[in-house]
Amino acid sequence: MNEFLERKVRLTWGEQKPTYDVVIIGGGGHGLSTAYHLATRHGITNVAVLERKYIGGGNSGRNTTVIRSNYGVPESIRFYQRSVELYQRLEEETDRWIMHKQKGILWTVHTEAGLRQERARSFINQANGVNTEFLTPEEITEIAPEIDLNVGGGKYPVLGASYQAAASTARHDRVNWALAEGAMRHGVDVLQRTEVIDLIRDGDRVVGVRTNHGDISAPVVVSAVGGHVTRIMDMAGLRIPIRTHPLQAFVTNHYERKFDPIASSLDLGFYVSQTARGEMLAGAHIDQQPSYSYRSGHHFLSSIAHNIQMFLPFMRDLRILRQWTGICDMSPDYTPIMGRTPVDGLLITTGWGTWGFKAIPAGGEAMAELIATGRTPELIAPFSLDRFRNDRTLADRSSSGTH
Amino acid sequence: MSIRITCEHCGTRPLEEYVYGEVLDVPATIADPAERNLDRAFNHTNPEGPVPEAWFHLYGCRRWITIVRDTATDRIVD
Ligand SMILES: Cc1cc2nc3c(=O)[nH]c(=O)nc-3n(C[C@H](O)[C@H](O)[C@H](O)COP(=O)(O)OP(=O)(O)OC[C@H]3O[C@@H](n4cnc5c(N)ncnc54)[C@H](O)[C@@H]3O)c2cc1C
Ligand SMILES: [Zn+2]
Repeated sequence: MNEFLERKVRLTWGEQKPTYDVVIIGGGGHGLSTAYHLATRHGITNVAVLERKYIGGGNSGRNTTVIRSNYGVPESIRFYQRSVELYQRLEEETDRWIMHKQKGILWTVHTEAGLRQERARSFINQANGVNTEFLTPEEITEIAPEIDLNVGGGKYPVLGASYQAAASTARHDRVNWALAEGAMRHGVDVLQRTEVIDLIRDGDRVVGVRTNHGDISAPVVVSAVGGHVTRIMDMAGLRIPIRTHPLQAFVTNHYERKFDPIASSLDLGFYVSQTARGEMLAGAHIDQQPSYSYRSGHHFLSSIAHNIQMFLPFMRDLRILRQWTGICDMSPDYTPIMGRTPVDGLLITTGWGTWGFKAIPAGGEAMAELIATGRTPELIAPFSLDRFRNDRTLADRSSSGTH
Repeated sequence: MSIRITCEHCGTRPLEEYVYGEVLDVPATIADPAERNLDRAFNHTNPEGPVPEAWFHLYGCRRWITIVRDTATDRIVD
């Protein structure tokens, strides 16, 4: 048997039991990673992950897979850096090929305001142990000669870029499957086509969930449902600071040459990278109106295609192959919301918006530690839901859709 | 297909001509004024289904209109 077949993911599906120690709602990356870390780090294996459709069918299988830690506030820089490091060893740890590839990310700026912002980013990143550099246009050309520095005939000249060499991508489905398989191997039940339709309460506590297959009792219930978080919080009688917005992406046909980095223009509002198949993968801003619809639109394509081909002229000759949409749990400060809720027995991991794929390993690690020890890890304490009440918001415009 | 929104003044126009307006939806059940302010500043009802909302016709008549949009399908219901 060749190495590829030996390392193929083997998923063994469980059956719903009436009780678990921990129930996780949502089989996206964050739910699966929480289960994986509970099982592998804390020996907590009487755990169910309930997924209403199929694992990775939400944003964790729809994203553009950028992994980086060049954030704008120290709390987030440290957290995402932990995740970057965990991704670097995830392949070895799970013994599954997640196609993790270091690429480096360029964030080019075309205005003086952008230039100041990205210089500041490189300083604050370095002060927090992340090696983001500020590059001159000549240095950008060394990394990506394909970028036209004279964008739009000099209308939007590239003035510089912040650059994180450690930035990478990984195949999203494989990340989800590797974590699911690792959790299953330790006895976790991952249950697909299992939808939570209500929470079971005992007085002020949540003590279980009702699914389309019956009731489950569990002392700990974790909501990890991406853009659908408001529905779960409604079941608990909680209002939260999340609005659900669509985010679109597209890929082109195969570009026959290699394009190494992840390139993003902050001022022109898009980012692009090359997939392992050679397609050019691009994303941009969120839709302005909140929505749960997966509709993708032509307006999105035409608005960003124009800017992209000015920046990377070779893209003029490519065709758009596929376009799709995910629905994102946007928090008001663009920072995650993780940890306890005012309702005992109910934990959340949300506010992953357009930026949560990179956070899957560190997010699950921290949620698992909170569940296992009953103490909120220092790394995620700043991300608690009560920060809004306590005037401790962490405004950070460091992801798509936050400008 | 792009979403089209009907403005009572200009007729049916593509969504991109409009700007989505904040829906202020603090529930009446929240009585305490400080709690109402907190809710208004951060929380959202974020409903999945038909919801009345205000849009500004920026690239049209520059007036506010109210429509009912189903956020599950993006269909304009009313
Ligand atoms: C187009 C696009 C590009 C993106 N690009 C990037 C990027 O480059 N880098 C990055 O870091 N992030 C990116 N993101 C964001 C990232 O994809 C998400 O933040 C991340 O995947 C969130 O993971 P999750 O597990 O919280 O949610 P999801 O993956 O959405 O999983 C939630 C799951 O919960 C299930 N569910 C919902 N309700 C219920 C219920 N009642 N009962 C049971 N199950 C339920 C859903 O079916 C779903 O499978 C992008 C997102 C999109 C849409
Ligand atoms: Zn009008």
